[in-house]
Amino acid sequence: MEAIIKNNVWESYQKEIAEDHYYFARSCIRQNFFPPAEDLYLKILRDDLKKDIFDDSRQTTCTGIAYHSGIIPFETIMTVVARQFSLMNDAGYENFVVSCVTSFGIYTEILETWKHHPEKEIETREALMRATGKTFKVPKNLVHASDLIYKFRNEIAAKVKYRLVSKETGKPLNVVDHIGCHYAKIFPKEGIGGAEFPYVLAGLIDEWGGAQVDYPERRHCCGFGFRQYLLKSNRGYSVSNSKLKFDSMQPYHPDLIIANCPGCTFFLDRWQYVISEMEGKTYGQNGYGIPVLTYEELAGLLLGYNPWNIGLQLHQVAVEPLLNKLGIEYNPDDKYKGLNGKELGRPEIPSCLKCG
Amino acid sequence: MKLLKELQKDIRFNEGLNACINCGVCTAICPAAQFSEYDPRMIVNIVQGGGEEEIEKLLKSDTIWYCGECLSCKTRCPRGNTPGYIIQALRALSIDTGMFIESTQGQKQLAIKRTVGDHILKYGYCVYIDEVDTDMYPEQGPVWDWLKKNRVDILERLGTKYKKEESGTLRQTSEESLRDLQNIFDETGATKRFETIEEYSRLKALEKGIAFSSEKDDYFWEVYNKK
Repeated sequence: MEAIIKNNVWESYQKEIAEDHYYFARSCIRQNFFPPAEDLYLKILRDDLKKDIFDDSRQTTCTGIAYHSGIIPFETIMTVVARQFSLMNDAGYENFVVSCVTSFGIYTEILETWKHHPEKEIETREALMRATGKTFKVPKNLVHASDLIYKFRNEIAAKVKYRLVSKETGKPLNVVDHIGCHYAKIFPKEGIGGAEFPYVLAGLIDEWGGAQVDYPERRHCCGFGFRQYLLKSNRGYSVSNSKLKFDSMQPYHPDLIIANCPGCTFFLDRWQYVISEMEGKTYGQNGYGIPVLTYEELAGLLLGYNPWNIGLQLHQVAVEPLLNKLGIEYNPDDKYKGLNGKELGRPEIPSCLKCG
Repeated sequence: MKLLKELQKDIRFNEGLNACINCGVCTAICPAAQFSEYDPRMIVNIVQGGGEEEIEKLLKSDTIWYCGECLSCKTRCPRGNTPGYIIQALRALSIDTGMFIESTQGQKQLAIKRTVGDHILKYGYCVYIDEVDTDMYPEQGPVWDWLKKNRVDILERLGTKYKKEESGTLRQTSEESLRDLQNIFDETGATKRFETIEEYSRLKALEKGIAFSSEKDDYFWEVYNKK
């Protein structure tokens, strides 16, 4: 009984998510390391869910990685964020959707700061005016990109061609959800389910037919650490934290990891490759890793998008074991081709981790 | 300069420090404490004590640079403190006073300024594909080498706007947007902080006899790679 009550704690942490008409702020990491993910997100919103979402050519980074690494003052990041709000105003939108979890934490922190310290908002307005001649209004609604997929999870479920169920056994696939720390650990009330029982991705697993994996280190950080990852000499911190999570989840035999943070998705993918090279250890079945997907990559797969058109060949951990379990048909020869079937060779094969 | 008074001018210090009861929950939950010589309980205890000498030691130490800014400490502190915010204030003061150059970890800030910091003003984003290779980031793996080698073809197939002047993934950020960022950096202290990091690093490189100029010079590789 007590466990049931605890697992329902998330229900008290809800938030307002606007129904339509969004301004989209891109992520530094996602654009580079999973290049098609954000465009897939926009396609799902526009084509599958018939929503209006604006992609502005004038937007920039929020500078969050630099801020959390200690090289950017708070005053700078507040003013850069204020410029983003100004661009949203110019485009005629009121609802701000943030692609990056670090950025979501930044935007939330800044709005909270201005609420409690209005003098900081005034200083920021003055700095923005001096620097760019711009003014701004704060958004009516601020959410993370995964919040919209959560909000429309039922609508997506109604359109999917595949569910998170093993084609072979008919049983739900075991899915690990990993929530970026800055989604709700800073301001629990801004995350669906709060910090202790975040439901933003678990809700997708439940709705799309999978089984949640509850493991001891479920809430532990992936180990990005900002400056710790950026410096080669400090990167042991990052891989050590991810390894702690892999070792903890492996006994539960996950078929898939999904993440809502750009950095987490990247690290949980790439550190599996590194651990396999360093220690000869792999975490999936038969020498494969555990595939790691973003929320829209998972939605895209279930909706029937071609895995090689949504960039899944750019993950270092092969996704084929997952595709096979889901019963998704794919052409292995199409994986490493360019536009119009142009031959582009193949990546080198890692010494231990099976790929494809 | 009274260091505690300087810290108290930083909103993050004041938001981060209420009244610490030294329970150690922050250290128990902290990923950095698990893997590094870092103990947020001790750091909060020192700044709460307010001793100038102890605070100066912190500002010249490696330990303030080990926090990973995950902010797990904010969720768990029973008294509403945020050691991660206190660390932000300590790091800012350490750079502004030049004390960062006294520690091995502090010296590494130059490498971050010359990668992420400079990328922002050059590309409009903290990261850009052209600047990432498997020499600097070997964990990217062979798939990254394949992407880098064939990036024009692959990114075209995947529908990105690589280096194009229109909205979309990996587009060319406009001159106007880059100018806005530079003006904001000049206006709000980021440019000054960059110059401080460069100047103290130049002096340290001179002291160590390591070649120092710009971008990926010998001193950059020294601080990027050195443990």
